[in-house]
Amino acid sequence: MPINITMPALSPTMEEGNLAKWLVKEGDKVSAGDVIAEIETDKATMEVEAVDEGTVGKIVVPGGTAGVKVNELIAVLLEEGEDAGEIDTSGGGSAAAAAPSAEKVPAVPESAPAIEVGAKAVSDSVPAPKTSAGDRIFSSPLARRLAQLNGLDLKALSGSGPHGRIVKRDIEAALAAGTGKAAPAKAEAPKAAAPPLAAGQSAEQVLKLFEEGSYDLVPHDGMRKTIAKRLTESKQTIPHFYVTLDCELDALLALRAQLNDAASKDKDGKPAYKLSVNDMIIKALALSLRDVPDANVSWTDTDMVMHKHADVGVAVSIPGGLITPIIRRAEEKPISVISNEMKDLGKRAKERKLKPDEYQGGTTAVSNMGMMGVKNFAAVVNPPHATILAIGAGEQRAVVKDGELAVATVMSVTLSTDHRCVDGALGAAVLGAFRGYIENPMRMLV
Amino acid sequence: MADTNYDVIIIGSGPGGYVAAIRSAQLGFKTAIVEREHMGGICLNWGCIPTKALLRSAEIYHFMQHAKDYGLSAEKISFDPAAVVKRSRGVSGQLNGGIGYLMKKNKVDVLWGEGRISKAGEVTVSKTSKKAMEPQHPAPKGTKGEGIYKAKHIIVATGARPRVIPGIEPDGKDIWTYFEAMVPPAMPKSLIVMGSGAIGIEFASFYRTMGAEVTVIEMMANIMPVEDPEISGMAKKMMEKQGIKFLLEAKVSAVKKGSGGVTATVETKDGKKQDLTAEKMISAVGVVGNIEKLGLEELGVKTDRGCVVIDGFGRTNVPGVYAIGDVAGPPMLAHKAEHEGVVCIEKIAGKDVHATDKSMIPGCTYCNPQVASVGLTEPKAKEAGYDIKVGRFPFIGNGKAIALGEPEGLIKTIFDAKTGQLLGAHMVGAEVTELIQGYVVAMNLETTEEDLMHTVFPHPTLSEMMKESVLDAYGRVLNM
Repeated sequence: MPINITMPALSPTMEEGNLAKWLVKEGDKVSAGDVIAEIETDKATMEVEAVDEGTVGKIVVPGGTAGVKVNELIAVLLEEGEDAGEIDTSGGGSAAAAAPSAEKVPAVPESAPAIEVGAKAVSDSVPAPKTSAGDRIFSSPLARRLAQLNGLDLKALSGSGPHGRIVKRDIEAALAAGTGKAAPAKAEAPKAAAPPLAAGQSAEQVLKLFEEGSYDLVPHDGMRKTIAKRLTESKQTIPHFYVTLDCELDALLALRAQLNDAASKDKDGKPAYKLSVNDMIIKALALSLRDVPDANVSWTDTDMVMHKHADVGVAVSIPGGLITPIIRRAEEKPISVISNEMKDLGKRAKERKLKPDEYQGGTTAVSNMGMMGVKNFAAVVNPPHATILAIGAGEQRAVVKDGELAVATVMSVTLSTDHRCVDGALGAAVLGAFRGYIENPMRMLV
Repeated sequence: MADTNYDVIIIGSGPGGYVAAIRSAQLGFKTAIVEREHMGGICLNWGCIPTKALLRSAEIYHFMQHAKDYGLSAEKISFDPAAVVKRSRGVSGQLNGGIGYLMKKNKVDVLWGEGRISKAGEVTVSKTSKKAMEPQHPAPKGTKGEGIYKAKHIIVATGARPRVIPGIEPDGKDIWTYFEAMVPPAMPKSLIVMGSGAIGIEFASFYRTMGAEVTVIEMMANIMPVEDPEISGMAKKMMEKQGIKFLLEAKVSAVKKGSGGVTATVETKDGKKQDLTAEKMISAVGVVGNIEKLGLEELGVKTDRGCVVIDGFGRTNVPGVYAIGDVAGPPMLAHKAEHEGVVCIEKIAGKDVHATDKSMIPGCTYCNPQVASVGLTEPKAKEAGYDIKVGRFPFIGNGKAIALGEPEGLIKTIFDAKTGQLLGAHMVGAEVTELIQGYVVAMNLETTEEDLMHTVFPHPTLSEMMKESVLDAYGRVLNM
């Protein structure tokens, strides 16, 4: 039987991707593990390997196709002795190559199946509830009836079924815990939850403000959509606040020069490492979070996630957007290791070759615009992080030392924090610790 | 040097093991599966599947004998036992080969031989000491052989084997287990079946249809003791009409083998003894877990009454050692094993997965008439303290059943009167094994009687009875 090759899900959140190019053509023989195609996801380009051996019988989706759905049939592999005549591409991906994306939300009918007046006579029917924003709360019929019988408010419960569906065991848990009691009906209105998130102007609304022909339209690629989605979500759901501080850099610059001079060289004269100021900033931030562990956290609705390591995401600007590869356990790593890792991640980020696990997660982030001469800015927290440190340019400034005017190399930094989990004093403590490392950089070496 | 390190090794390639292996590979684990005899285990070599092939032959034979009822004529109806068995083996062989293909497709290494957990994280595969059941399907190509293999997670999925009653040991000649009963050299003229669980009753039904005089001996007061008594009672009546004899609350106290076959001394509850003689006897008194020679005892893995003790995710008391399927305890059903396998491996992978809920595992018996059920029986629901509403709908009220010439049967539903929760559903009659899944989905989605009443069932189908039974529970039945 010919083997169907389907669009793989390269990350748990991937729903579709662009089939960038084929590295094989029809008639080519492939073995399991051979790279056969490149696929562009929302943030990276990934290689697709053959899972079986055989001959490429038919390429169904040509290279350069955008928006190929996960599990869509993209090619057919023939096993020994089969010919292309046996191919039937109509069926689609029966031999799904990858598990379907876990985040697909089942389609919700516009209006919940109406249980009409007549049904009242049947039994005390419970219509599917909605949030105050009008979103349907997914719950099982039995859960709805149990909630009604026990006077529970489904809006106050969280579901443990697929896609957060409230099921019987959630009701039982709420009853056992004594939570989720419905408020008296008249109190419901003021209890309304957060207002719906603003949807922004529609494309039509935007375009009619400009004269036709005065612009070109460039469709968003996956990265642009992801940036837009994540940052909108961040600004709408995370209460940001900002702490700014100046750090003197002279000691750090001197130490950096000294360390780089001391790097051993291989036979081609290439040094074992070449530290940048940014590498040292990554280390300083990681150590600061180690020192102030209460700020090394992520917010969830039920718990504070207390991270045991500082995984520092570093915003890397790449053509068409940005991506944040992560230096894991940065507090444990020597600066030379951070430096070399960062060079590799940065290079592959620019080639869009990062794997999802290299840019997903992290506990904090650094965004450095110093090299572009920016004096100071505030970055947007990138969840699940609770903090992000924005770095301005190091520049010579007049400072007052012991009542005298002096010249020092100074850099302004601004820490943006998620106020739900990092309060003001905590943010200040992190920044204070950070300045300690930057101004006494030898401490990062011990 | 071949790589012998795996993330997951599964011992046993039955329906639990091979499904767990595929899911494991899907989740990115480097996976191997150990098998000593036949890919697919008992289920598709000596159990579920080949018996369905035999029962299909019996069903068609039954239809041919009753051709006149449908306005057809069939003369000189006969059968060739060898061809019936050959078809059954062929069906099994096809699926056995399919498992080999699935392993290859999913890059699961097959380690051919007998697996033993030699120490934590290590499986030693050696030449099998068990004599293979003949005819044996060949091993898949490209297997790895004897050796020492490492794995972070080891899943025991070794299944079960027929229970043996001391003094009534099957000899494979006169006293059969399901193995021999599945490949009869000739059809016996008379047969004693000891045990009326799914296995016993299916063979009783098969051999009766093929012409044997069949007597079923059951210790409990009802046949198919796990089923709702009303349903099993109805099944018993229908089978008695076909000529099967039942001795209930009776047990075989001794057997004697002679030239005329097997003579069983049967003791009934009132202490009376009687001798029954038949050409063959089938011992179908349940199965016991294969927990021996796996190194479980040495590792300190807890077992109870011949089965490995697990939590809802297949974890034993020893970290890194898991068990699923029959070896991990009842209900000993292939689909329970499959589900446990998937739950176990997804839990290992850190997925958000819920423990297997044994209250929603359906059971199917493919005798004539078929029996299918899920959830609580009426007595069990009462025992559990529920105030219940019971709905019943007979086949005689269903157009499709009458058109099929299958007017006997019943669909029974049990609801919690207070909440409308569907607690159980029980069926007897034609094709009910294909119907039960509707209620299983309903129970899993936690529908109430109301949702079932709002669902449109297609006409004309047997499934309409499922809705009628629900309506009946609430006094709203339409077609009776």
